[in-house]
Amino acid sequence: MIPILGADPLFRDGIDGTVVLIVIVKTIIVFTVLLVAVMFYVWFMRKVIADMQNRIGPQRAGPFGVLQTLADGIKLFFKEQSSPECADPPVFRLAPYLAIIPAFMAFAIVPIGGLVPVAGRQTYLQLADPGVGVLWLLMMSGIGLYGVMLAGWASGSKYPLLGSVRASAQLLSYEAALGLAVVGVLVHSGSLSTRTIVDQQAWTGIGSIVSQWYWLPAIGAFVIFCISAIAETNHPPFDLVEAEQELVGGFHTEYTGIRFAIFFLAEFMNVITMSAIAVTLFLGGPAGPALGFLAADSWVNVWVMPVFWFTVKLLVLLYATVWIRATLPRLRYDQLMALGWKYLIELAFLWAMISGVVVVGAREGWNRWVTVPAAVAGAGIVLAVLWACLPRRGEPVEEIR
Amino acid sequence: MWEQQVAFWVIAVAMAGAAIGVVRANNVVHAALFLIVVFAGSAAQYILLLAEFVAWVQVLIYIGAIIVLFLFGVMLTRAPMREERGKLDNSQRLASAVVALFLFGVLAVFLIDAFGGTELRFRDSMVEVGSAASVGDSIFRQFVIPFEVVSMLLLAALVGAVALARRD
Repeated sequence: MIPILGADPLFRDGIDGTVVLIVIVKTIIVFTVLLVAVMFYVWFMRKVIADMQNRIGPQRAGPFGVLQTLADGIKLFFKEQSSPECADPPVFRLAPYLAIIPAFMAFAIVPIGGLVPVAGRQTYLQLADPGVGVLWLLMMSGIGLYGVMLAGWASGSKYPLLGSVRASAQLLSYEAALGLAVVGVLVHSGSLSTRTIVDQQAWTGIGSIVSQWYWLPAIGAFVIFCISAIAETNHPPFDLVEAEQELVGGFHTEYTGIRFAIFFLAEFMNVITMSAIAVTLFLGGPAGPALGFLAADSWVNVWVMPVFWFTVKLLVLLYATVWIRATLPRLRYDQLMALGWKYLIELAFLWAMISGVVVVGAREGWNRWVTVPAAVAGAGIVLAVLWACLPRRGEPVEEIR
Repeated sequence: MWEQQVAFWVIAVAMAGAAIGVVRANNVVHAALFLIVVFAGSAAQYILLLAEFVAWVQVLIYIGAIIVLFLFGVMLTRAPMREERGKLDNSQRLASAVVALFLFGVLAVFLIDAFGGTELRFRDSMVEVGSAASVGDSIFRQFVIPFEVVSMLLLAALVGAVALARRD
């Protein structure tokens, strides 16, 4: 066994041709499924928003307009690529790939199913289970930031540059809150590996929705994670990166054709990946009831049901993102920064403190009715001190230049 | 063992090339991009030494945050988009070569003095040492005092930055 490759039993008996083939097939499947998922997500989003706004939405290409995204993609693919005179050509060409490749790679750690037998071997329905697990997601969203930033800079034009400066400030601020929200789960799980986190949330009956899944024990982290994930993916109401009225389209103003399409793809792919990570961390991943009238080891219960439950949960979250997109107006820039730095980061820190006390208390067998109120009271004192230090509205703040 | 040796030299040569690129680039942003390659290379070297957690934290902190802040600063401070050739050159090549050679010599002497002749034999059990759990254990048990000292240093730097940026 080569432990550095992670805990997948596929690698336990050494690596031979079959194992390599299984890994390649898994990679291709994840790649394709993600692309197709983005295509359907864009269609789904346009259709749902159209319904909410009393319009019809795309309807010409294919039944119910499902092929609309494909048609748009083909059109963009054949369009001319233009590049501004002041652009920095190598970086200008590189930037879209710096956006899309991390978007693909981040999905690799998402467990979409359980342990399945393939060609006489056991493997997880998950591309990779690195020891650093969730850290991988933070890393990839950090690298994805380069795509946005360099695209705006390399365009050699004012509006894209403004867009990318906004983007880097926004993404950097919310990455901190996102990371601290993930800590809220890691304190409970005691492991960074997504596979272990999902295994701890396994289905044991209807009660496991509240007793096993981490959304309830880590409810504060869940809320903070959702808000900062929406901000991290430049999704409305946090889409200041490409605020059309202010920036003529943001960092990708100067991009045309397939390069623009790649940015577009990366953005929606990030929404899907973040939702999938939220399902993994907080909603049990592929955990769900198996079909009782079939044997526990029949192919339906081994292959289909975990993927089915994962997809159902993912669709619920994706619907929520579309709902938010259709409902909420865009924040002002100072509101965005205030929310990130003054509220989310502090609350995430306090939540991590509270969960630390609760988890250690449970492990040591302390009285829960003492530790939880004590932890909340301690967090409240810290919060009160912070609150006292914040400048009040109307109070003159010393200008910082 | 020879696979590790080959990988080490491939990565080391790429890192050295990128490091030369950092100082040779005519454009600050290009220099920062070369610096990313250097940091990614050192992360890869950590992986070769089975220090998985340290490697990914290197990527997360240095590539994901520090260079981003660097580029952010370049963009905010109206750095010129394009420099004529040689304008970023400050004609102190001799001095910098002396400093570089001196640093190389000092590091080489100390490293050989400390670890010369030590041979690393990789075993599966060593993977555990590089994991997040054992790194966390050693930071918060054995090295908790240095950790707190470094935290205080960073806090002092933060307060100092705010004090400098404040208008009196």
